[in-house]
Amino acid sequence: MREFGYQRASDVAGAVALLGADPDARFLAGGTNLVDLMKTGVERPARLVDVRELPLDRVESTPDGGLRIGATVTNSDLAAHPEVRRRYPALAQAVLAGASGQLRNMATLGGNLLQRTRCGYFTDVTGPCNKRRPGSGCPALQGEHHNHAVLGASDHCVAVHPSDMGVALTAFDAVVSYETTDGPGQVPLTEFYLPVGDTPHRETALPAGALITGVTLPPAPVATRSRYRKVRERASYAFAIGSLAAALDVRDGVVHEARLALGAVASRPWRARAAERVLTGSPADAGTFAAAADAELAAARPLPHNGYKVTLMRNLVVAVLTELAEEAAR
Amino acid sequence: MTTTTTGTTNGTTTARGSVGTAHTRVEGRDKVTGAARYAGEIPFAGLAHGWLALSTVTRGRVRSVETAPVLGMPGVLTVLHHENAPRLDSDYVGLLGVPPDPSAALFQHDRVPHRGWPVALVVAETSEQAREAAEALVVHYEQEPHDVAFSAGRPDAYPVDGHMPAVAEKGDLESALATSTVVVDAEYTTPEEHHNPMEPHAATAHWDGGRLEVVDSNQGTTWVAGDLAKLFSLDPASVRVRSEHVGGGFGSKGIRAHQVAAVMAATVLQRPVRVVMTRRQMFSLAGYRSPTTQRVRLGADAQGRLRALEHRCLNITSTVREFVEPGAAPARVMYDADAHHTANRVVRLDVPTPTWMRAPGEAPGSFALEAALDELAEKCGIDPIELRARNEPERGPVSGLPFSSRNLLTCFREGARRFGWADRDPRPGLRRDGRWLLGTGTAAASFPAGAGPSTAGLTAEPDGTFTVRIAASDIGTGARTALTLVAADALGVAPDRVRVRIGDSDFGPAMIAGGSMGTRSWSWAVTIAADELRERLALGADIPPAGITVRSDTTEAIGALAKKERHSFGAQFAEVAVDVTTGEVRVRRMLGIFAAGRVVNPLTARSQFLGGMIWGISMALHEEAVRDPASGGHVGADLAGYHVATHADVPLIEADWIDDPDPDDPVGIKGIGEIGIVGAAAAIANAVWHATGVRHRSLPIRPDRVLSAGTGAAHA
Repeated sequence: MREFGYQRASDVAGAVALLGADPDARFLAGGTNLVDLMKTGVERPARLVDVRELPLDRVESTPDGGLRIGATVTNSDLAAHPEVRRRYPALAQAVLAGASGQLRNMATLGGNLLQRTRCGYFTDVTGPCNKRRPGSGCPALQGEHHNHAVLGASDHCVAVHPSDMGVALTAFDAVVSYETTDGPGQVPLTEFYLPVGDTPHRETALPAGALITGVTLPPAPVATRSRYRKVRERASYAFAIGSLAAALDVRDGVVHEARLALGAVASRPWRARAAERVLTGSPADAGTFAAAADAELAAARPLPHNGYKVTLMRNLVVAVLTELAEEAAR
Repeated sequence: MTTTTTGTTNGTTTARGSVGTAHTRVEGRDKVTGAARYAGEIPFAGLAHGWLALSTVTRGRVRSVETAPVLGMPGVLTVLHHENAPRLDSDYVGLLGVPPDPSAALFQHDRVPHRGWPVALVVAETSEQAREAAEALVVHYEQEPHDVAFSAGRPDAYPVDGHMPAVAEKGDLESALATSTVVVDAEYTTPEEHHNPMEPHAATAHWDGGRLEVVDSNQGTTWVAGDLAKLFSLDPASVRVRSEHVGGGFGSKGIRAHQVAAVMAATVLQRPVRVVMTRRQMFSLAGYRSPTTQRVRLGADAQGRLRALEHRCLNITSTVREFVEPGAAPARVMYDADAHHTANRVVRLDVPTPTWMRAPGEAPGSFALEAALDELAEKCGIDPIELRARNEPERGPVSGLPFSSRNLLTCFREGARRFGWADRDPRPGLRRDGRWLLGTGTAAASFPAGAGPSTAGLTAEPDGTFTVRIAASDIGTGARTALTLVAADALGVAPDRVRVRIGDSDFGPAMIAGGSMGTRSWSWAVTIAADELRERLALGADIPPAGITVRSDTTEAIGALAKKERHSFGAQFAEVAVDVTTGEVRVRRMLGIFAAGRVVNPLTARSQFLGGMIWGISMALHEEAVRDPASGGHVGADLAGYHVATHADVPLIEADWIDDPDPDDPVGIKGIGEIGIVGAAAAIANAVWHATGVRHRSLPIRPDRVLSAGTGAAHA
């Protein structure tokens, strides 16, 4: 393990200044992913700037009825927050579907968004990986890829983003706030992750040296009727092979508003706008739900061993929307 | 004063109340408070740390090792590799009748037989420095094309005996099949599986006054000590191996590269050296269970009586050692047929050498055989338990020997009663709970009950207490506690007057913790010693300050045991829920009823049965090591990538046992280490069929497989 320096920041400006423009430095929050990557040599920072003590650990209502979530709010605190559970239940469910109790006590919102893929080729430094070593190749294309991307991938990388939390945040139009030495900035979560293209090593739109300070959720009355369903290869403590955050507002049997985001199918949480367009204004029935799923999944480009994900996501969309519609009808 | 006894027991070792009643572990408090030290955390003055560098090619030769840059790194003391390492003698057969694992013959040549082969050891002042340097070490290879592709159709497969004949055949199989009313012909596969004990392999070696001392985590201290003596051409008396607490072994903790590396470095540097494996390194250095492809053909008459039985199992092995995963073994014990053909074959690939892993042979073999029996029951329209009852053999189907005891049907009857089997509708795909299809399944289990020669020392202390010394290993089973109870009853005293010291090769040769034979073998030696000591004490002699010590040796007694089919048996039951729209399979409840001889400590025995059954859930639904054909190495070689069952996967689960006396047997213990996993995966797979109408013949039954298979066609 490479020796590294460690500094602890006490305020946001100080943290950003401490990191500076040093490409060999990393912010450390919960460390639940970064420390693992340092052990395996995927990350070899010369310096860590610990941001865990920063005063970014609050969940607050915004004047317009949304929520602002600080970057160092732990997953456990986020999932337990009464306003999160009331206004965005799928977000609380998504967070609780991830990791274990111990990890959720350490992991933070900011870190969750910046966690790296769990692709087995990415985490093995003895082999090639375009994300880890640009230009070295992507062995997953011909190798093990049964849990890899079916949407938005490229010939350079087919890894999926592992976050559950991010899927729900994406469905609810979260906006990421950050701080740089040049001042603050914002970017919608749907634009936060860059397209894979031929630069899979460039993952986010964050400027170099930027520190995520929090996420703002705009008011979304539809989100009070929302659900997160995660499918994984064991009952707990595993990353999704497919997941869905969905919200549905049905009025007089017709979909008034819908939000859908898919997880574990792409390099980023996948906002299903094509599906939402089909749903909006259509009868809230199984036929509409299937058509919505098909509209979104028409763009799917499965590999030889992950075609099941298309079926899985179609089934999930229909099942979860049906449940939400039935509950709305009660 | 010490005497040695080799006699058989005199039949007076009836239980006196300790054996058979629940006792918490004698070292339990130490373990839960952290006072118990494991091999990698025992302090040594002047300790140096070694880190293994593993090959990044799958086949080829080491051309050169660039040691100079690494030797200049902070704290680095030395780099050992094939050009400068001490020479070893690996041409021998060890305690268990097999040569050492090829990876233990460390740095003896430039050949790389698989990816993850140890090519160098970097030793430094700290573990972090050693790791950093080992990962920076540049090794140049001459790379050759590799072959890691395993399939049933390999033309280069060939039969290998292992610890049983590769092929056993009686009767004309093809004609028996041709004249059978009902035939099942199916291929089953199981994936590469890894032991992954919680505690990684760790060893510290140091020389102390001309003696080599190794503190290790292993399944047999005399086994490892004997192998180290042979490898380094040392007088066996000059090697001492200790292994006080072991965080799981499951077959993986014998002689391995880490102990040899530590001894080499301690010898070269003349200071204590510790080598610990990482989880990732364990995937290529600790052994594993080979994947299998198995073909089972069953022919039966209309009443389900077997006329033909064929079970052929194929496994992979390395290019440097033949290792057999004898999946065809259970068929030789469980069911007879006029024509009975079984064969174990291997194919050599550029992979690490597999090894024993919990219930070697029986675990994968029982999956195929017991799933095929379920298919036969379906085809015959006979209840699966009734089918097994109709095929209960009188004698060993292949050996012709009588069974020492065979209470399989009692297990099924008791299990069926408690599981509610009588109410079961045999038709598949009928039961639903919301999005879940429900089904139940059952399977039989068996595992050989053997014993290995052991010696024990037993001392009557002047203060009225007793000390047992035996080179047993407690790999988490509760062996230390079990031996305390056995000794207490054999001596006729309360357990708190007995101190059991284990895990030290200086206590003399003993069976390893393996093959479900540890407790049986050690208890035998302890019992003989106790019988002798009680006779000595009955003479009323004063106990001198050094105590009175007797030693026992069971070699002769075990040799005198009548030849019989000696096995534990069991019946596994499972209920599963399957969502065919997502492919999720969840076990809802499991029940295992076992006939496994005398149970020494019900508390830890239950845990061992449950542990095996839970591993069966993992085997059925989760476990699978994935090998990348292009690189020849693993993908996701850690506990995030290699899934085992979590708490949430373990539902209502119950294990119990029936009386299984064997008056013919001097100890009556059969061993319970492995049978819990046997048949468990088959019971779950059979339940998945009952839920969905689809036979899943490849493990693990992953969501993508279930999703792709859907539900069975309409059934009558």
